[in-house]
Order: sequence, then structure tokens, then C-alpha cells
Amino acid sequence: MPAISWPKDGRYYQIAALGLLLGLNMTLIDLGAKPLPSLFAVAGALGTQAVCSRLWRLPTIDLRSPLITGLSLSLLLRADEPWLHAAAGCIAIASKFVLRIDGKHVWNPAGFALVALIFGTDDVWISPGQWGASLWFAALLGFLALLVLQRARRADIALFFLASYAALLFARAFWLGDPLAIPLHQLESGSLLLFAFFMISDPKTTPEARFPRFLFAFAVALLAHYLAFFMQMRPALYVALIALSPVNPILDRVFPSQRFQWSATPRQGASP
Amino acid sequence: MSKAFSRGIKAAVAAVAITTQLTPPAAAFCGFYVAKADASLFNKASKVVLAWEDGKTAVTMASDYEGDPKEFAVVIPVPSFLERKDISVVAMKTVDHLDAYTAPRLVEYFDPDPCAEIRDGFLARLKAAPPSAPAAGAVQATRGVVVEATYAVGEYDIQILSASQSDGLVAYLTENGYRIPAGAEDVLESYIKQKTHFFIAKVNLGRMEEAGHRFLRPLQVRYESRKFMLPLRLGTVNAQGPQDLIVLGLTHQGRVETTNYRTVKLPTGMDVPLYVKDEFGRFYTAMFDRAAERQDRRAVFLEYAWDIGWCDPCAAEPLSNDELSALGAPWIGGGAKNRNGGGSDAFVTRLHVRYDAQHFPEDLAFMETRDRENFQGRYVLRHPYAGKTACRAADDYYDALPDRFAQEAETLADLTGWDEKAIKARMEASGQSFTSSAPEHSWIRRWFFNQDR
Repeated sequence: MPAISWPKDGRYYQIAALGLLLGLNMTLIDLGAKPLPSLFAVAGALGTQAVCSRLWRLPTIDLRSPLITGLSLSLLLRADEPWLHAAAGCIAIASKFVLRIDGKHVWNPAGFALVALIFGTDDVWISPGQWGASLWFAALLGFLALLVLQRARRADIALFFLASYAALLFARAFWLGDPLAIPLHQLESGSLLLFAFFMISDPKTTPEARFPRFLFAFAVALLAHYLAFFMQMRPALYVALIALSPVNPILDRVFPSQRFQWSATPRQGASP
Repeated sequence: MSKAFSRGIKAAVAAVAITTQLTPPAAAFCGFYVAKADASLFNKASKVVLAWEDGKTAVTMASDYEGDPKEFAVVIPVPSFLERKDISVVAMKTVDHLDAYTAPRLVEYFDPDPCAEIRDGFLARLKAAPPSAPAAGAVQATRGVVVEATYAVGEYDIQILSASQSDGLVAYLTENGYRIPAGAEDVLESYIKQKTHFFIAKVNLGRMEEAGHRFLRPLQVRYESRKFMLPLRLGTVNAQGPQDLIVLGLTHQGRVETTNYRTVKLPTGMDVPLYVKDEFGRFYTAMFDRAAERQDRRAVFLEYAWDIGWCDPCAAEPLSNDELSALGAPWIGGGAKNRNGGGSDAFVTRLHVRYDAQHFPEDLAFMETRDRENFQGRYVLRHPYAGKTACRAADDYYDALPDRFAQEAETLADLTGWDEKAIKARMEASGQSFTSSAPEHSWIRRWFFNQDR
């Protein structure tokens, strides 16, 4: 019997994980994602990738990354008109092609589109509470995410980010004299885990070397904590990530390391 | 809530046992409205109207206090200092009106004559009624406690405090006749460190008698703060068992949801057995209990979300602009654009939360979404056709009824956790039979029509 050969590219696992979450959302537990906007987000992302690949004269049209972006936007973005999801998909992928430093895109595409639309329009929002705080869901997310991150070799930043964020929550509770139940409840948030495992751990928009990755994760946790608790900002995690991403090219120059590639043997010129 | 506690401090939010008269049944497109489940169904249910527009908040708290007014006292953490103009009393009937308008409702339909299509050549339609249109101080320091201001508002004597230490605050409150439950000090300390002010109020019996009020009117405070939240924590200290809170959100843009707990839509739109009409309250509380359990008692339930200019069917008439302004939505008055065809510039969200310290350790944090999709808790009674029939379609109709009734029984059992057999027995007793009620001579007609085909 031939051995099953598992794909080496982590994106397949990420697509499977996000697809499963979207499927769960449509069937078992309503997290707020709806079929038509989801379709628009994915179509917008894939379409923009196809157009931009032609414009930039890339040898192939790689649809894996834009599919991940489209699925992420389906799960995270809420809007009162479905076309906004299509717009989000376009903005996300266009940002990946246009906003580049040192041959790398600066912002996580889905995160950038979320923040751009939240601040640029009056019509979108994210629902951080809808992911709930039930442990089984957290466990499922964690399990799916580990699969992805093992492949993407970026589990470290997700775990370090969670550790930093948790430390800040416990410190705040200690300072306020709050019971442990409060930071524990805040940590069980599905929305926090989703951000850690599927957004900040994007290997293309985080520093290449381990030490600056840790610095970056801590800085995002600190800024998000400030925005959430002192500025009462609801999309604090995403705003913190997008605000701090421009320091990554600097960190990469100060701490040079081998450039991340999704496939073990990258196709020439197949990026972005 | 312990007696001592309820006589002493009524923290943050507390509630009302109201006797609201049922509005007379009104015809509407979505069936005939017959009953509603307002906040009076739930013991220990508080009602809070939370009007929010871009950082400007008005919180109106309806108290359920039924004891001696001289024992009444509230301590409410507020995010900023309040001036006299930021505090007022609101007529209880205004809050009750919003409660009734947004309450989950029971509607009923009457099946048309199954033969009517053949006889008249068109489907009998429910008469559609148009949805209702919109109706037109001195500073005194005591162990770190600063009395920032003292106000007389209606029947209440109010102080705004700031504090630097919770033990000083507890001592001050105790000295002034506020009974603070054990365990409240830690919670107060947490609020103090977050630079919260405290709004404390007691009843002035003299002014109450003078004004001739028999009941305590809801208090409203208005402030500007990015904190869009409701403090629950003081209310859970020493509370015995979970408490119910109805949050009535008034916003400009769209639905309100909680950001640190899941907001879940209540099951809605189901057909239920006819006997539920006589015990809608019991049905609703049982269904809510079960829905809360199914979400591990960690969810906030959406019971109503609607453009406040209209309703369909209406459990109560929409509120007037004056009422909405009184509840803290001043934007409604000026330049009201018509949205959603005949709608208004205000959107109402009714959230129902059953909370205790174990499942809701944190205060409720909210956000306003741009979602203006209408939602209502609505349960449907379908009365079988009761007139005389004489056609083949009638046989099919009567043959299908037992399955339909069985489905209703199953739905009710699933929603409430009641025993399905007992439900079916109640249905039989109330005339919903599980054997076909086609007239006895129908085999002749059946045979006749079969020959015909």
C-alpha cells in the first residue's frame, strides 16, 4: 500500500482549517459568517490575484494565498452590504502586490483590508464576541492551528504572542485586584485565538529571525492591550498588528535571516 | 439576592415587576398578535435602557424595588463626573412602553378553508394591515473619598463620589446608611483603579410625598465616554442565584451586540401548539431557561432588533419621538431621515442576559454594529380551519393535520424540555387531535374523486 504523502506547503492545511471553521459556522454554530458575503470575499481575493499576477507578469497564478485571505475575511469581516466583502478581498490582495518593501509585502492582506475598511468606511465591523469563550471551540482552534503552524514553522510567534497577551491580562487583573476568572475568561476568547493562530503567525509579514519575531509579538500584544483597555477599541488586535507591521522590514535588516518560502522548493518568481 | 442586600445596596441595575396590560389584539400582516413576554415574567429581572451615539451614553435604570422607599439605595459606577444636567428621572411608563414594544410575542393565524381555492379560484389571503406608522458641590473628603457634587433630582438625593481607596469608600457608604455586602470591597477597588466615579442615590421621602409619587421612577444618567458597557459585577456580589437583565439598546446605526460574550439569537418563528396561548409566560420562561442552558449560560440573547419607526406585528405601538428623547436618544428629534421606507433614525436592540459571577465574571461590553436586519422573538399558533368543507382537498388537508400537530409537539418539547407525551395529551384535550379529523363520509368522496381521476 503506498504511503500517503502529506503536502509540505502549510497553506493547504490553513485552507482546510479555515474551510472547516466556515463549514462549522454555516451548520453547527452561528459565528456570524454568511454564504453570499463569504463567496464575494473569496471571489474578490481570487479575482484580484489573477488580475495582479497578469499585470506583474508572474509566470503562474497562485490561488492558495488569496483563498486563505478570502476565507479569513469571510470569517472575520461583517458588513451590511455583501459587495464590501468583495471590496475587502480586492483591497487585501492589491495591498500584497503594491505595498512592498525589500521584495516582501508589509501587511497581512486580510488584516490590512479589515483595518482599511473599518477606518475608511462607516459600514463594516468585526464581532469579537461572536467567537464565544467555550473551551471546546478553543481546543478545536488550537488543534487546527498547530497543524497549520507546524507546516508553516511559525508556531513560535503565535505562542509567544499568546503568552505576552496573557501576561498583560494577568498583570492587569493583579493590579486591579480582580479575580482570576476575569483574565481567564478574556483568554478563552475564540477571537483572540483566531488572531494568534491565523493572523499574526503569517510567515510572510513577520520578521524572519526568531528574536525579532518575539519582539514583534510582544509589541503587538502591548499595543493591543492598550487600545482595548485604555482606548476601548473593539478591533484592537488587528489595529495593533497593522500599525506595527511597518517595523518588520527594519527588524529584518537588523536581524538578517533566511527568507521564508511556503514550499520547500519554491517555484521561481511564484511570489507574491 | 439576600433580603439585607436588596434592602441596602441595589447595585448598578435592578428591576421592576410591572403589570403591563396586554394591548388589544391587532391585525397585522404576520398574523394576529396575541400575547407578549415582557420583563415582568422573570423574577429578579432588571431593565436598563442604554442609548448610545458615538460615545454619548444615556443609561436609564428601572428599579424592581418593592420595599420601603426609605431603605432604597443605589451605588452605580459611572465612567465620568456627572453634572446636575446629566441626571434626570424618567416616567416608568416610558420604559414599560419600550419593554412592551420589544417583548417576544405570540401570534396566531387561522387556516383558510382548504376548499376555497377550488370554490373561489384563488387562495384566501390573510388581510394585510399596514405596519403601524411612527407616532408623531461642595467638596468633602473622608478617607480618600471626595464628594464631588450633591444633587436633588426628583425623589432622589444624589451624590457623585470619587475615591482613592475602597476601604474609605466602604466606610463612607456605611456611615451614610448604604449597606455594603461582604465582598463588594474588591470590586469597588477595581473600579476605583479604573478611575471610575460613583453615583449614589437615596430616596428623599419628603419630596416623594410632595410630588405624590407612589413608586420610584427610573433614574437616568448621561455621560460621554468611550466605555460602552454596563457594570454587572457589583450586582453579582452576594447575589443568590442568577439574575435576569433586559438591556434595551437605542442606537443610531444598527444592532447592539456584546463584545466579550456571545450574542445569540433566541429561537424564533416556530409553530407551537394552540394551548400555549393560555400559558405563554410559562412557555417563554421554560424556553429561555433551556436556551440559556444550551449556551452553557454564557451567552447574551437577542430578543428583538428593529428599526424603531415601525413593527410587524406590534406587541405595542412604536414609541413617539418625545418618548425616545426622554430615553436618551436626542438625535431622533432633529433632522430625522426616513430609512428603510417609513422607518426612523433609531434602532432598538433588546438583549436578555441571565448572569451570575461564575458565568459572567466581567462587566458587559458592547458595540454598535451597522446591522439593521430586523429580528424578533415570535412564536406562531396556527388554528385549523373550523368551517364546513366539501371537497377532496379538504381530505388531504385533514389527513395532514396530525403530522403538523405532532411536529408542533416535537418543537415545543425541544424548545422547553417539557415531556412530549404530556404535551400531546394537553393538545388532545384542547382539541388538537392526532387522528385525522376528516369527516366520516369522506371515503365516499375519496372513492368518487379517485374514479374521477
